[in-house]
Amino acid sequence: MTELMPAEGVFSLIWLLIALPLAGSAVLIFGGRRTNSWGPYLAILMVVGSAALGWTMLLSMMQNSPEQRTFDQTLYSWVFAGSFQADMAFQLDQLSMVFVLLITTVGALIHIYSLGYMAHDANRRKFFGYLNLFVAAMLILVLANNYLLLYVGWEGVGLTSYLLIGFWLHKPAAAAAAKKAFIINRVGDVGLSLAIMLLFVTFGSVSFQDVFGVADQASEGTLTAIGLLLLLAAAGKSAQFPLQAWLLDAMEGPTPVSALIHAATMVTAGVYLIVRSNVVFTAAEWAATAVIIVGVITMWMGAIIGSAKDDIKKSLAGSTMSQIGYMITAAGLGPIGYVFAIFHLLTHGVFKAGLFLGAGSVMHGMRDNVNMRRYGALMGLMGITAVTFIIDYLAIIGIPPFAGFWSKDSIIHAAFEKSTLVGILAMLAAGLTGFYMTRMVAMTFFGKARWEDDEHPHESPKVMTIPLIILAIGATFLGMALLFWGNIKTWLEPVTGLEEVELPLPELAYGGMTLVLVIIGSVIAWVMYARRSVPVEAPRGSWLTRAARNELYGNEVNDVLVVRPSYHASRALVWFDNRGVDGLVNGTAAFVGGLSGRLRRYQTGFARSYALSMVGGAVLVVLALVLVRAS
Amino acid sequence: MSALATVATADNVSTFQMPSINYYAITPILIMFGAAVVSVLVEAFLPRGARRPVQLVLVLGSLAAAFIVTVDLRGTRLVTGDGAIAVDGPTLLLWGALLVVAFLAALLFAERSIDPLGDAFAPRASTLPGSVDEQEFTRRGFLQTEIWPFLLFSVTGMLAFIAANDLLMMFVALEVMSLPLYLLAGMARRRRLLSQEAALKYFLLGAFSSAFFLYGAAMLYGYSGSVGLVEIADTLSGKTAEGTLVFIGVALLTVGLLFKIAAVPFHQWAPDAYQGAPTPVTGFMAATVKIAAFGALLRVLYVGLGGLRWDWEPMLWVIAALTMLVGSIIAITQTDIKRMLAYSSVAQAGFILIGVMAASPQGLGSAIFYLVAYAFTTIGTFAVVSMVRDASGEATHLSAWAGLGKNSPVVAAVFSLFMLSLAGIPLTSGFVAKFGVFASAIDAGNTWIVIIGVIASIIAAFFYVRVIVLMYFADPGPDTASVVVPSAFTTIALTASAVMTIALGIFPQWLLDIIGQAGVFIR
Repeated sequence: MTELMPAEGVFSLIWLLIALPLAGSAVLIFGGRRTNSWGPYLAILMVVGSAALGWTMLLSMMQNSPEQRTFDQTLYSWVFAGSFQADMAFQLDQLSMVFVLLITTVGALIHIYSLGYMAHDANRRKFFGYLNLFVAAMLILVLANNYLLLYVGWEGVGLTSYLLIGFWLHKPAAAAAAKKAFIINRVGDVGLSLAIMLLFVTFGSVSFQDVFGVADQASEGTLTAIGLLLLLAAAGKSAQFPLQAWLLDAMEGPTPVSALIHAATMVTAGVYLIVRSNVVFTAAEWAATAVIIVGVITMWMGAIIGSAKDDIKKSLAGSTMSQIGYMITAAGLGPIGYVFAIFHLLTHGVFKAGLFLGAGSVMHGMRDNVNMRRYGALMGLMGITAVTFIIDYLAIIGIPPFAGFWSKDSIIHAAFEKSTLVGILAMLAAGLTGFYMTRMVAMTFFGKARWEDDEHPHESPKVMTIPLIILAIGATFLGMALLFWGNIKTWLEPVTGLEEVELPLPELAYGGMTLVLVIIGSVIAWVMYARRSVPVEAPRGSWLTRAARNELYGNEVNDVLVVRPSYHASRALVWFDNRGVDGLVNGTAAFVGGLSGRLRRYQTGFARSYALSMVGGAVLVVLALVLVRAS
Repeated sequence: MSALATVATADNVSTFQMPSINYYAITPILIMFGAAVVSVLVEAFLPRGARRPVQLVLVLGSLAAAFIVTVDLRGTRLVTGDGAIAVDGPTLLLWGALLVVAFLAALLFAERSIDPLGDAFAPRASTLPGSVDEQEFTRRGFLQTEIWPFLLFSVTGMLAFIAANDLLMMFVALEVMSLPLYLLAGMARRRRLLSQEAALKYFLLGAFSSAFFLYGAAMLYGYSGSVGLVEIADTLSGKTAEGTLVFIGVALLTVGLLFKIAAVPFHQWAPDAYQGAPTPVTGFMAATVKIAAFGALLRVLYVGLGGLRWDWEPMLWVIAALTMLVGSIIAITQTDIKRMLAYSSVAQAGFILIGVMAASPQGLGSAIFYLVAYAFTTIGTFAVVSMVRDASGEATHLSAWAGLGKNSPVVAAVFSLFMLSLAGIPLTSGFVAKFGVFASAIDAGNTWIVIIGVIASIIAAFFYVRVIVLMYFADPGPDTASVVVPSAFTTIALTASAVMTIALGIFPQWLLDIIGQAGVFIR
């Protein structure tokens, strides 16, 4: 049983982890032009400070025994009304610790990279302000000790995500993407807010400690409902089926944002939510099964979309969906999977950030062109970018000994333990990963140059390549380090529980099969995109390719099921409720034109119809009261 | 007939007993009433130049004094005036909130730096719009001060409305509160036809709703033989078979009250009135009338009709659901910011109704918290609306707000804060408020209305955030308005509302404590 430790020593500074970037963002956003020159450096300093503090805490936490690694810091009682209570309180345990390190460390690297990437942007200061704000919100999300405060972080990261997707507001596509991300995420947020209400009703509290302590006393039906609502929330934030449509559009944001928010951290918040609520999902089997289904569907959808997109960032976004699908699947597997979901989340956070930053570096040298059909043969021209990208590539497709091999293989093992079908699907998706990632590397760095005529590709400045190198080192060693040296399984066990995987065949056999599939996928892609010439104009392609290019018609489905009905409902309501809207506008115009007589006629008519509707309402109210009594 | 005859005899008149009144407990009402009367005298007898400073001191001073007395009265719990007035925890709490908000609104009324022609009010409300007279008064720079007695009378009525413990008192208070508002709504300096149209509609429909209220009160009197809420409640609990009379009475009475809070389907006056009224008046009306009317509605439902809870709850359920959904959905298609905010206030009323429906001390507390949070945010919102202008006056069309964040980042940020609060985003007062009413409703077993509420709040978030998107993510166009730098009056009101919006989001506990100590209505 874990023990709740008071936040003493270095742990009395848990609040400071959040306060540093928060203060940074406040200075940058409200400081105005005075902070233009030194603001970005302050932002970097704040995140680096947070990261240093995080690592200090890790070292200090390792001194304690595994049961004594949960630290609780209550700042003050936030809402306390009747039986409802929520504190402004943080909880740092093994799970939030690894998230803190991921967010602050990768965050710091991406801040530094942005110094080069955004060097010529007029709104650089604001960009760094938002980035700092994002880091603060994300830290609130993972450090909260109750669901309500988690919700604060949840909305906070959402808000900064929209701000950053729409950062280049001169592009109409960016503003539209921000709006889309916002709307789809609201659907997920319904799930979270209802789940919190239901948790409170069922357990009388929303703090993790209280809820998880008594979760087994609730009925399975209630727990299933809570689990499904949490899954809805996770699907929205993590771009999982059926709420996946926003992530590809979100690539309109600056590339460092795609790396930090839409690859490494925010989109994995759904995985965090499910693993954090593991007690609920372990007790609610149906909800856990739903989690697996959602995960597997998205794993495939993302991979298929990633295989057909010619836009390098959108292809990577499809890959992110797919990889998060792996994590969600693992999280649905129960105690055998939670640890591996987080393990893959960490390694993925590093190598996917590296891939995105690498893509950004390529774009930087290609005048922001994102079309891979216009790339090719960049290997010799941007050496560091290419080598680091390829290391990250080896990591994501799962070639030993790179990081992704260890984490993805663990998930596939666990999946076989649960169900052979899920295992096979996960294994085949790994082959598809090999295909689309090889396609990307081949089209970008190898084959013939297909650049536009006056293109002069060049390597990026050091401030951008050094973060790439550090991330590539991470992509190489992080898997082994976490598994053998850090011992991630026993580290997370007190929070997530752990069951050893027992399989009929030796682990090596599954690993070997996966590797063979990956190699087959990669070779096919290599033959298609490196050996043969790649046409500059995309060929029409098979129906599957066309469907994948259209993001498997996710937008169309949303349009038919959600957008159009609600639009019509709104119009109809407006017409029904208040025919005066248009009339009044016309009336105002009439007034401007001096036709006040007409306006007066309009008015009396409306007042009469308003009164009529009041009478109607009153009659209904009377009838309702009498009928309720009569029934 | 015989009853009338007895009343008429001299004997009975001479034995008429003066009801005993605890004058200190109703001092806030008396202060405001006294100030209103003095204010009329100031208008009548002081020279034009001296009126404004005197009125300002009088209005702000009386509001402050009434607030101080209200604070001093804390812990009071009594019924006075022969059962007509109840001064208890909720009364004092709502009085306090109302007085503070009215103070901020008065600051907006007093603003004279925003409009280059003077203030937000017509120089002479009696002149015909577009007439030579009007131009003459404008040219000579006339500024009117009759707005102040109206404000004071209206606040007097609101205070009495909240404390009214019998239906007759409540009706009188309702009229004292409303009549000055109708007049204030018609006094805009610019777009006067729109303003007068709004005033007329508001008046006609308000009169109509008053008739509903009065008729409902008469029905309940016929049923119970008394207009006192406590007596009505006693009659209800004493009789086993209720007649149709009581249901008609309850329905008509609530219709009258629901009109004032702009619940669907009694809301249609709100967009017109909000749009046409001078913006400081819109802010005043949006914030204070909600407090007063919900105070009265809560008392009627909890004290007078508590025994019929199972009958009025389904009705309120439907009305709350309709109010939230219709308000939120229609707001999406609005292109005028004031109309959009009007529909937003309709939707907000629906959320507060969820707290009312819970029919528990927790529900009462959550509704009060919501009212306070909403009132402060609303005053601030309309303060900003009054500052965004172009050559023809306030620029209320949404297209004029595009790119505002570029030119006036601070004002845009403050307005975004208000929008986020109205949308119920965490760390603002609106979030704690929404969560409070939802939690109390779930506690009371009304899970489905909470689900509808959450869905409505998501729809609502869309149009609130759309304004933010417009201000920050759109480029300033030729139509983009500019933000006028106001005088200290508006600045203080705006700052106070922004501070409260954040403070109640991050540190809501002090207000929750006060609400918890205030307890429930006295019976």
